[in-house]
Amino acid sequence: MNELPPFALYFIAALLVLVTRGTLRNIILLATPVIAAIHIWLNIESGTVSTTSILSLDLTFTRSDKLSLVFAYLFCLASLIATIFALQVKDTKQDVAGLVYAGSALGAVFAGDLITLFVFFELMAVSSVVFIWARGTERAIDAGMRYLVFQVLSGVLLLAGALVQYQATGSLAFDHIGLDSTAGWLILASFGIKSAFPFLHGWITDGYPEATATGTVFLSSFTTKVAVYALARGFAGEEILVYVGITMACFPIFYAVIENDLRKVLAYSLINQVGFMVTGIGIGTALALNGVVAHAVSHVIYKGLLFMTMGAVLYRVGHINGSNLGGLYKTMPKTTAFCIVGALSISAFPLFSGFISKSMVMSALVKEDYSYLWLFMLFASAGVFHHAGIKIPYFAFFAHDSGLRPKEVPANMLFAMGLGTALCIFIGTQPQYLYALLPWEVDYWPYDTTHVLAQLQLLFFSALAFVWLNKQGLYPPELRSTNLDVEWIYRKFLPAGLHRGLIFFRGAREATMTAAIAPMHSIRRSFLQSSIAKYHLSESWPTGSMVFWVSIILIAYLLLDFFVY
Amino acid sequence: MIQNNLSLLLVVIPLVAAPIVAILPRGRLPWFLTLVVTFVCAALAGMQLWTIMANGAISYELGGWAPPWGIEYRVDVLNALVALIVSGVAALTLPYALLSAEKEIPEHQIPLFYGAFLLCLTGLLGITQTGDIFNVFVFLEISSLSSYALISLGRQRQALTSAYQYLIMGTLGATFFLIGVGLIYSQTGTLNMMDLAQRLPELTGLKTVHTGFAFLMIGFALELALFPLHLWLPNAYTYAPTVVTIFLAATATKVALYVMLRILYTVFPNGFVSSTPTGDLFVLSGIAAILSASFYAIYQVNVKRLLAYSSVAQIGYMALGIGLASAKGVTATIIHLFNHALMKGALFMAVGAIIYRIGACRMDNIHGLGRQMPWTFGAIVIAGLSLIGVPGTAGFVSKWYLVLAALEQQAFISVAAIMVGSLLAVVYIGKIIEALYFKPVAEANLAVKEAPMLLLTPTWVLVIANIYFGLNTTFTVGIAEHAVRVLGVAAK
Repeated sequence: MNELPPFALYFIAALLVLVTRGTLRNIILLATPVIAAIHIWLNIESGTVSTTSILSLDLTFTRSDKLSLVFAYLFCLASLIATIFALQVKDTKQDVAGLVYAGSALGAVFAGDLITLFVFFELMAVSSVVFIWARGTERAIDAGMRYLVFQVLSGVLLLAGALVQYQATGSLAFDHIGLDSTAGWLILASFGIKSAFPFLHGWITDGYPEATATGTVFLSSFTTKVAVYALARGFAGEEILVYVGITMACFPIFYAVIENDLRKVLAYSLINQVGFMVTGIGIGTALALNGVVAHAVSHVIYKGLLFMTMGAVLYRVGHINGSNLGGLYKTMPKTTAFCIVGALSISAFPLFSGFISKSMVMSALVKEDYSYLWLFMLFASAGVFHHAGIKIPYFAFFAHDSGLRPKEVPANMLFAMGLGTALCIFIGTQPQYLYALLPWEVDYWPYDTTHVLAQLQLLFFSALAFVWLNKQGLYPPELRSTNLDVEWIYRKFLPAGLHRGLIFFRGAREATMTAAIAPMHSIRRSFLQSSIAKYHLSESWPTGSMVFWVSIILIAYLLLDFFVY
Repeated sequence: MIQNNLSLLLVVIPLVAAPIVAILPRGRLPWFLTLVVTFVCAALAGMQLWTIMANGAISYELGGWAPPWGIEYRVDVLNALVALIVSGVAALTLPYALLSAEKEIPEHQIPLFYGAFLLCLTGLLGITQTGDIFNVFVFLEISSLSSYALISLGRQRQALTSAYQYLIMGTLGATFFLIGVGLIYSQTGTLNMMDLAQRLPELTGLKTVHTGFAFLMIGFALELALFPLHLWLPNAYTYAPTVVTIFLAATATKVALYVMLRILYTVFPNGFVSSTPTGDLFVLSGIAAILSASFYAIYQVNVKRLLAYSSVAQIGYMALGIGLASAKGVTATIIHLFNHALMKGALFMAVGAIIYRIGACRMDNIHGLGRQMPWTFGAIVIAGLSLIGVPGTAGFVSKWYLVLAALEQQAFISVAAIMVGSLLAVVYIGKIIEALYFKPVAEANLAVKEAPMLLLTPTWVLVIANIYFGLNTTFTVGIAEHAVRVLGVAAK
């Protein structure tokens, strides 16, 4: 029992959920994260390593240190909140997928070798896509397929990297990897997809807004955070990540400001927040990495909270376009309040959870003399407040009155949001408990005068900009428009290009065929027949074509054999 | 008595049973007799493999004539394994065949159908047992002729054209093989494989021998449906009755692959692969097969045809392993040969269950059926995951060994092709799953129920085998490595 890896609890629960219904199933759903957390608390200490032998390989299912333990507790908490939020959804496939997905995320943070990590990557991919497909719309099914291809590609790259590493060093252990070898770059590409590096981020902004109202809460909690964990373990201190992270923190701002689908706005701001974490990993000092972990914890909670409030709106209204919402505070006051707390947290207001973690990453930047980059980060912080902190609650719940009067959501959804809200405030006001869990010694306290003042100035000027732009009518209006992002390349450009290419190829082939056959016809006229053209080049009758290929291959083989080899 | 005549009995029993089955009255008797024969054959093949694992290769002199003058049946681990795959799949197909064949084949042709099935089994088992290269040709003709007849029994009229195409190509392949045998016989004066193996090393400089080798290879590349000689396969698999598709997809190409390995490594000296264009052409056509056939598969609207293209791609993986020409590569090929029989067998069986219920398997016919046929759907999902190569399934084991073999030679393009092939497999399996589960059910299909037990049981035996051999690799890897040692493939 003590040796049982925590993910196994989730998988057993997934099996039980398959055969139970109603209250019993709900009890299993709710008990699993709690039992898993207790199991980790009691039986898995920092430093535990247990190995199982499968496929003539030694797989390390449990390797725990303080880094993996923080993430493990975080995932138990996140899956508990998301499960409570989704309790009223009676859908077996989503219930099972949620358990398998959260369990695989746990499996990934405890994985001690690359193959185990790969297995859980793939399991996460397969189970999470259910949340997108479960929406059932044509758009969702297509988006889900694209999402799945990206996720599986990430897994395949990881496997390729693992194999190259195994071939080179004979070891599959998952420790610091670095970028000195091909294996390192392959694995970085794999983690990069999962953590939405620029140009690899399409699957988030494409897939998350198409998921079910409750599914996005699950999605936003695990995949990118597993990637952050994996990056922190494998690539801490690789300087390139600082720049990658800053790009991630900055570019989504522009998209988020003009986007109309509010869940897509949140998806962009998710990339922006992960950008802060990636930057921290790139800096790689103890302070920065502590900041990364702390930010991951608070981020999962407030981003989950924001996705829950938007999910609540979607649940009641049926769509989530900023242009058609507004005035919902009148009938959904509680949801509005929760959303505002989430918005304050993501904007890093003092006394809310974002503040105590983001400031660690920012301080680390200054300490390592990245002052210019610090300015970029300042811009990114202001941008977050702008699009996530103000835009989300403003357009959903206030703005112009859309006339919609939806009811408040069911009690379990309110409870889940309330739990997230309470945690946001608790972490924001009592950061010492979170700091105590961090992997390295913490000698840091966010509430000093400079910090608080600087942050407040930033936020108020940013708010001022919003108000002024809005009053002047300069703020980009919420339009039902499609904004082009990299996903356009593979959704529209490549298919269209392929299509054109095919048409061009066909045209060219026909032209060459006519050009080739025309002289044949004249030859036919002179020689009265042209069996070559009739039987060997035409493809309409595959038998002829196959015989043609047989002769080509025989000739090619013999020529090569006699003259080349 | 049985112990000593195992390899002969494997061929003789189905051969003798075939005409008896064909003249039996209509009804279920022909099926029952065939069932008994296939089970006996599977048991004998199992015993044979077990005996060989314990005591080493068997040599059996037909009619008491000593080789190289008489015909010798010579069985080592490799052909014992292939014989077990062939007869095992036959034994699993037969319980399935009862209902499926009654549905798809006119009643008066059923005894003939089972007769032809047994002849096909005879041919395939004969190829695996014999140690005489001319005898391979004879059994190849027996299995090919009977499979043309089997394919032409399909319900749609295209079955006749596909059977005809297959006939042309199969005959061409067999003729090439015969020409190759003739050329080599003219130089060595022998047809016994072991005898050839002793005489050929000193003759490898001769152009005639090289030409004969080319004819042998291309003849069997046709039978194997190696890219770009695969054009007959999608039609044949699509229009044949489901039972025939299951049986041929899981066995015929495997037997062709076995003959290739035998010629490459037992009959011809070991270095022949790398000193001729053979290895490189195998790699080239393997990569082309993996990429192009997987790509074609994505755009198919008929599920059987989709799986047929996927088979072409999977043959590409096996060809790649042979082309790498190393101990690891050939090991991977043999492992995949076994695993592919498991996964394609399971997939075709599950699709056959859908055809049994609704009489069609186009993508737009099967919308939403996964929710009404959960067990069939589950089988497709698990076997599909195995085809993709997800860990915990047999497909992962094959790909793992293949990638290791490619990395060993720094063949990064091959590694990339394998990885891309897996991604493409995700897409085409995803398309089936999407149609089966996430699309709304058509009104006409609302009353469709789960397939009967007789169809589900063999399917799930294969599905569970996919998982079992994904977790426990001692059997597959052990036998493959043993076979590679017997073939004497050098490591690189």
